[in-house]
Amino acid sequence: MKKVLELKNVHTYYGQIHALKGINLEVYEGEIVTLIGANGAGKTTTLRTISGMIHPKEGEVLFEGAAVHHLPAHLIVKRGIGHVPEGRRIFPRLTVEENLEIGAFLENDRHKVEERKAEVFDLFPRLAERRKQLGGTLSGGEQQMLAIGRALMQDPRILLMDEPSMGLAPVLVDLIFETIAELNNRGKTILLVEQNALKALQVAHRGYVLQTGEITLSGPAKELAENEEVKRAYLGG
Amino acid sequence: MLEILIQLLPSVLLEGLILGFVYAMIALGYTMVYGVLELINFAHSEIFMAGAVAGAETFILLKGVIANPFLLLALALLIGGTVAAVVAILVERLAYRPLRKRGTTNRLVPLITAIGVSFFLQDLVRLIEGLWHNAFYRRYPSFAVFEATYNLPNWIGVITIALTVWVGFWVLAYFGDWLLRRFKNRAPAKGRTLSLVAAGLTLVFLFLYRHVVFADLGMTIQMKSILVIVVSLAMLYGLNWLVHKTKLGIAIRAVAQDAQTASLMGIDPDVIVSRTFLIGGFLGGVAGVLFGLLYTLVHPYVGFIPGIKAFTAAVLGGIGNITGAAVGGLVLGMLEMLGGTYLTFLTNGAMGTEYKDILAFMILIFILLFRPQGIIGQQLGEKV
Ligand SMILES: Nc1ncnc2c1ncn2[C@@H]1O[C@H](COP(=O)(O)OP(=O)(O)OP(=O)(O)O)[C@@H](O)[C@H]1O
Ligand SMILES: [Mg+2]
Repeated sequence: MKKVLELKNVHTYYGQIHALKGINLEVYEGEIVTLIGANGAGKTTTLRTISGMIHPKEGEVLFEGAAVHHLPAHLIVKRGIGHVPEGRRIFPRLTVEENLEIGAFLENDRHKVEERKAEVFDLFPRLAERRKQLGGTLSGGEQQMLAIGRALMQDPRILLMDEPSMGLAPVLVDLIFETIAELNNRGKTILLVEQNALKALQVAHRGYVLQTGEITLSGPAKELAENEEVKRAYLGG
Repeated sequence: MLEILIQLLPSVLLEGLILGFVYAMIALGYTMVYGVLELINFAHSEIFMAGAVAGAETFILLKGVIANPFLLLALALLIGGTVAAVVAILVERLAYRPLRKRGTTNRLVPLITAIGVSFFLQDLVRLIEGLWHNAFYRRYPSFAVFEATYNLPNWIGVITIALTVWVGFWVLAYFGDWLLRRFKNRAPAKGRTLSLVAAGLTLVFLFLYRHVVFADLGMTIQMKSILVIVVSLAMLYGLNWLVHKTKLGIAIRAVAQDAQTASLMGIDPDVIVSRTFLIGGFLGGVAGVLFGLLYTLVHPYVGFIPGIKAFTAAVLGGIGNITGAAVGGLVLGMLEMLGGTYLTFLTNGAMGTEYKDILAFMILIFILLFRPQGIIGQQLGEKV
């Protein structure tokens, strides 16, 4: 299988704070890989390091074999990394449709843009109904759909998702996880950060456990779900 | 007395509208840059000046070559706009971007830089003009076709009065509602309610002064004023289209709302900032040429007063708000003309039109004191 993404000994700092202390991580084509861990473990920082919003002090991020950690964010996106950021970060004063259009900023082929928009509306019919509504007026669940849809408009080779189920009602959490499985069925490679470890390990193929900036455990998702330590710390039992 | 006031009203308002369009176009440059960078580009008045001077040079240089004044004007607008846009891009590139990259968080630093850039540009243009012509005051040539006046029929006067009185009452109703809310805790009135109240008051006004209003209200307008209105409307329409219907426009708004997330969409914020300076600069340059057309004399220091007034207009409309800047420009232009004209009457000539500048600055101070978010900012609610 083809290795899509690889982190080699990545160290990231916020000023003096040593947030990532030598992360090693791999994602293969067609996989769902999940990264779980407590608050402040460094999950968001890992994703932000991959998409170039913060640059590592040491180590490498390889995308399809090429180092990308020195590139600015907008060039990393161009390589094919889509990021659904923590807290959704919808553009509040753009309409739903404009939010999607801007997701496809790099695509100059109008047909492809329309095609992808249709796919997103097919995936989330709710968004089609709210097409002309301002992003900021959507409900939390709808904003999450829009954030995912917006990243899909780039047709990325790998999708980074940062706590897509955060703050959503149980029905919507189920919907989001179904969507993740569905996207993967259609061939998307996904790196999923979650606090909902149970659901994440159910949907993922492999997983990593992150603790205060270090990977403490990794393996097939099923095995992690059975692991006593993981059960105690993240699965509530 | 009252009759004179009412008879003058349409022409005064029309003059105000024309001036207001010029302010509006300059104000857009302030507001758009503020939208993407949260920086008040005080050098924008000098970008306007560069356009005005470049336009004058175009007229003077090509007057003997091109006979058609309209074609000349078109060229001057194009060159004035382009020169201003290039200056704007260079200012961003050479002054603001290095500061941004250094991660300066102190808001005072870019502000002082902007003022420094202003002085630099004034003296640079003075130097160039001085070396070139040995004089830095330049005059727009006058053309008979531009100076020609046309009579407008009475009904335009009536409509102008009705519309502007309506706008005036609208603003009053808005303030009234705002004042009421200080005493009573209730939701702000809807825009439609305000419009209806204003329309009612306007009808009462028209009824009361019926016999005066239907007296002779003939207005005259100069060709160059018509040109200013036409060009401004075209520019505002074009900007509206650009901001709302094009990919660049959506990207500009996205960067204004959340630059970091915009970069996750593959947008290079630096490119968008540069484009924003280009657009704002072009509008400012075109405004400069129109200003020259109206007032004839331009020089390296010509930008200061219109610049600070346009800044007032941008603040009036809520800085960062595109529609607000356009409306703020028009409102300020009209207020200034009204104040300038009627102050003379009201004080029996003791205070003349020269007080209109003070009026504008008083407005600026009052807004900053009482409503820093602008008057229309909230109502129209659309930031860049
Ligand atoms: N902008 C920042 N400046 C300084 N420190 C930061 C910043 N962002 C994160 N940190 C610190 O880095 C560490 C990792 O944070 P990160 O946001 O990556 O955690 P997380 O695993 O995503 O947590 P959560 O589950 O709460 O989202 C934390 O100790 C946090 O306090
Ligand atoms: Mg996080």
